[in-house]
Amino acid sequence: MLDNVWLIPLFPLIGFLINGLFGKKIKNEAIIGGIGTLMIFMSFIVSCGILIQLVGLPAEQRVFEKVIFPWIHAGNFKVDMAFLVDPLSAVMIMVVTGVGSLIHLYSIGYMHGEEGFYRFFAYLNLFCMSMLLLVLGANMLVMFIGWEGVGLCSYLLIGYYFEKKSAGDAAKKAFVMNRVGDFGFLIGLFILFWWFGSNHNIWTVNFVEIKAASHLLPYGGVVTIATLCLFLGATGKSAQIPLFTWLPDAMEGPTPVSALIHAATMVTAGVYMIGRMSFVFIKAPETMLVVAVVGAATAIFAATIGTAQNDIKRVLAYSTVSQLGFMFLAMGVGAFGAGIFHLMTHAFFKACLFLGSGSVIHSMHHALHKGHLHDDAQDMRNMGGLKSAMPITFITFLVSTIAIAGIPGFSGFFSKDEILWQAFANPYHGGVNIILWGVGCLAALFTAFYMFRLVFMTFFGESRINPKVKEYLHESPLVITIPLMVLGFLAVVGGFIGMPKLMGMLPNYFEHWLDPVFELAKEYGATYAHTGAHHSHALEWGLMGFSVVVAVIGITIAFTMYMANTKLPGKFTATFPALYRAVYNKWYVDEIYDFLFVNPCKALGNLLWKGFDVVIVDGIVNGTGKLVMACAAGLKGLQSGYVHNYAMGMALGVVGILALYLFR
Amino acid sequence: MNEVILSLMTFLPLAGVLLLLFIPSGNHALLRGFTLAVTVVTFIVSIPLVTGFVTNADYQFILNIPWISAGPFKMNYHVGIDGISLWLVMLTTFIMPIAVLSTWNAVHEKVKGYMACLLLLQVGMLGAFISLDLFLFYIFWEVMLIPMYFIIGIWGGKNRIYAAVKFFIYTMVGSLLMLVAIIVLYFKGLSAGVTDFSLLNFFGMNLDPVTQTWMFLAFALAFAIKVPMFPLHTWLPDAHTEAPTAGSVILAAVLLKMGTYGFVRFAMPLFPDAVDKFTPLIATLSVIGIIYASLVAMVQEDVKKLVAYSSVAHLGIVMLGVFSLNQIGFQGGMLQMINHGVSTGALFLIVGFIYERRHTRLITDFGGLAKQMPIFATIFMIVTFSSIGLPGTNGFVGEILVLVGAFESKLRWYAVIASSGVILSAVYMLWMYQRVMFGKLDNPKNQKLEDLNGREIAIMLPLVFLIFFMGLYPAPFINKMAPALDKVIQQSSIRPAALPQTMQMMPQGAMPEAMPPTHPGMPEGNPAMPAGHPAMPTGKPAGHP
Repeated sequence: MLDNVWLIPLFPLIGFLINGLFGKKIKNEAIIGGIGTLMIFMSFIVSCGILIQLVGLPAEQRVFEKVIFPWIHAGNFKVDMAFLVDPLSAVMIMVVTGVGSLIHLYSIGYMHGEEGFYRFFAYLNLFCMSMLLLVLGANMLVMFIGWEGVGLCSYLLIGYYFEKKSAGDAAKKAFVMNRVGDFGFLIGLFILFWWFGSNHNIWTVNFVEIKAASHLLPYGGVVTIATLCLFLGATGKSAQIPLFTWLPDAMEGPTPVSALIHAATMVTAGVYMIGRMSFVFIKAPETMLVVAVVGAATAIFAATIGTAQNDIKRVLAYSTVSQLGFMFLAMGVGAFGAGIFHLMTHAFFKACLFLGSGSVIHSMHHALHKGHLHDDAQDMRNMGGLKSAMPITFITFLVSTIAIAGIPGFSGFFSKDEILWQAFANPYHGGVNIILWGVGCLAALFTAFYMFRLVFMTFFGESRINPKVKEYLHESPLVITIPLMVLGFLAVVGGFIGMPKLMGMLPNYFEHWLDPVFELAKEYGATYAHTGAHHSHALEWGLMGFSVVVAVIGITIAFTMYMANTKLPGKFTATFPALYRAVYNKWYVDEIYDFLFVNPCKALGNLLWKGFDVVIVDGIVNGTGKLVMACAAGLKGLQSGYVHNYAMGMALGVVGILALYLFR
Repeated sequence: MNEVILSLMTFLPLAGVLLLLFIPSGNHALLRGFTLAVTVVTFIVSIPLVTGFVTNADYQFILNIPWISAGPFKMNYHVGIDGISLWLVMLTTFIMPIAVLSTWNAVHEKVKGYMACLLLLQVGMLGAFISLDLFLFYIFWEVMLIPMYFIIGIWGGKNRIYAAVKFFIYTMVGSLLMLVAIIVLYFKGLSAGVTDFSLLNFFGMNLDPVTQTWMFLAFALAFAIKVPMFPLHTWLPDAHTEAPTAGSVILAAVLLKMGTYGFVRFAMPLFPDAVDKFTPLIATLSVIGIIYASLVAMVQEDVKKLVAYSSVAHLGIVMLGVFSLNQIGFQGGMLQMINHGVSTGALFLIVGFIYERRHTRLITDFGGLAKQMPIFATIFMIVTFSSIGLPGTNGFVGEILVLVGAFESKLRWYAVIASSGVILSAVYMLWMYQRVMFGKLDNPKNQKLEDLNGREIAIMLPLVFLIFFMGLYPAPFINKMAPALDKVIQQSSIRPAALPQTMQMMPQGAMPEAMPPTHPGMPEGNPAMPAGHPAMPTGKPAGHP
């Protein structure tokens, strides 16, 4: 099965080609959607086979590279189209194909009746192919194909409703911001390639080869610069400070897209990349600190914005940014396994949340449409009390919310708690640890608050939708609710494979599974880790209890404000109007970026064009032309055509020469 | 057979021009059909060049016939190609049928003259790429200029006269200087034992650095105008905007490559000391060109001007790659030349399609076309992303090699700045695409637009195919070029001082008879030749009669 790893990206590619080329002629939604879903499901089956085979191998043999064909071989730069299967990529392909299959299935129902149904499935398949290339790529360049490929699909799918200007704007913004990150990724790649080549004559961008040679890398210095550049790439793809503003706008795309691309898979690519190159990142302590700080800062920053949004999808978008921040926090404190673990559990519960919100929007839209109303179907102020109309959506949404809030027993608890513990107890960042942990806890508090605010506003309380259409609200069809139930189930139990050792009930399978991938990084880290600080079990239990308390406080505040005393939010905004406006307007980051980058670039472009090109360069060119013309105009009088004029000229010339000769 | 292929290919279009004279001027269909047939046959004739090309550093398909002999001036009809010119020749023969098809209906006045100009232009371009005699090269170089001048000046847009004259004068200034330099070079050569204008005589000539500087500057100016490099680029937007679609396509795909090809074939290997001296200047201008042209492209209101400025940026990438003087960067530069021909050629075709339908190129006149023209939208998007350099398309392979190569070389910081071009290219291309294709279809004039017809799709499909083929499997291109590039890199680098003087000067005939005709297989990927025989393969080409 391992040898057939190339099938995994091939199936969605076939699906893309069939639907992309012939979808318009097929027309039948069941066939189009069926092909798209079947293709990614086939990939899922192959992935399962690979996982099973990998489990059967001894831990140290779980690395398999498959070269498909030589891609670019120029001079020393030799890059093959090659795939790498190891425990890390195995986890990723399972998440991508598994969650991907469910979301494809869901989309058959959600996109029903949309113009361009075939286009949607073609893009979705193309996305899956790119994402699978990204996680399976055996070298940085194949990863980069996937890396840019998912960016392209994200562009296409955000701009799916391309007639809306906001959708077009959001698509372009996403791609360009990703490109800023890609710039960093490329420079990082260049530095590593150049450094290994010129210093050790190892010319490679292959992960296995870099890993084998990574002991040659120094600590800090050039590695710090390279990893910071790579991390810039990660911030673009994974929507971290400073390149996060595209993700909330990306909600212009259809909701399944938000679930698949902008929550479960693509945006985790940056986290995956750091995991893939953990043995390089760990050699740069400064970068690790930057990653951790940016992660923590993004976690809290996005969480604050999430508290004030009214669009259901926007809340989830900021929540995603914030949760990605948690993952980066994990990577930055050297808890790579915990970061990937959270990546996986987040894929379950956030996909479920997005799909649930889609189910709600779908129902709202349907009801409003029937009543010929033009209210916003995504605005939570128009919702409320939906739990009776949509019980399955409600239950799955609720368990996922509990999971993200970090209530013990649910998947998000295990992964998030692991991250917070590692932020506190990791041996790398000394005194900064306590701040990282504190910020993480605060972000967790906000998370619990805004998520329950969302649940209360949407599913509880009085219905605020126009009463005349209330009767049209109903549960979504099975094709939508089945994926919700599967994901909801995973959101509950998905955490048990990675239970902390402390609890002792189950071994931490997940960590053991990833150990061979990250052990080299641990080894490198040990050379500069602060040893001696040993934390007792009691402390670990205590912190765990604290994070539960934090979650409960968040939920309680949300309950107080949005269930018990619904006048409180209004009072709060009236008391702190400036603060509320700043948060509501996302701390004006977009406006600041426009002012700092976008507008000056346009002005400069105009200046160079109308100033330099037209006035200076062409001025010189045209000026030369005019000068020649003017000279010619003056000189043409000499060419009169009269012989006596020429004779006169000749005589004068002779006299002149003689005079020169005589009186010299 | 082998030795006549090149000449047959080059002069087929000329024969076509002569036959064209016998076709009645009023019979447009026949004129067009005949011209198309000539270009297609020319392309077919050129195919054996690829299949019969032996992957090594030597010139192949050589034909060398004495031509003019006037006192000390001896010029030969000496033609041949190596891995570098091979692909540029193929690009030319490939793009010509597409160019002819592109203005199938758009040009309906003086069709005969127009078609004759296109064919003459092809003669000039092919001739310039295959010439191995400096003088012959100069003649073909000038032959290119005249038909292009007429194509812009007669069949161009509103402001065509200004654009044509500007194009002519810019190019002429450069080529006159080049002519002077060629003659000076010849006289220098005469005193060193050179007997004719054959290019091969001049490689490895031990010119003093001062002479090299002046000669390099003369050649470089001619080529830099053609590329065009900042700040000599201002003729390009005007020429592109005014030229008919076929003119723009040929201009972008082939004529600009004449400049970069000139650097690779002449200016760099002939004057290695000067290359060393001027590399920082060229790299600076290239990088300025990339950023500058991208910024200016961003604010253009005319789609065609935007594409023209994007050309300047792309050619900056090419120049940076070539001047990084290592196998990776050079390879990238060469690939990028072909890529640019394909992608930017395709972009000009696309602009032509909408211009023919709406007779405007202003971005603000469009919007929402994606709904009305889905096939067009798809092809446009593929080409756009190829121009941006998305991995999987041809643009990426060239761009990444240039940047990696430049980063490896001493041009490291230039590479970093140039890399920021990846951001800017996405900005200006996607912004343009969004404003033209996305949004509401609210201009009533756009609501009746028809999607691409069969002819237009047929034009675009080969280009789209190449975009993906070269992006996913560039090996055939890279492998065939690699040995020739190694040779040029070695010629263009300063020779190691330790070498004996006699080894550096090796005119034709001085080569020992025992020397094997082909260069012993250079291991693929070896960046530099062993220092032992620096000028060896230049003296005696393979298959020399």
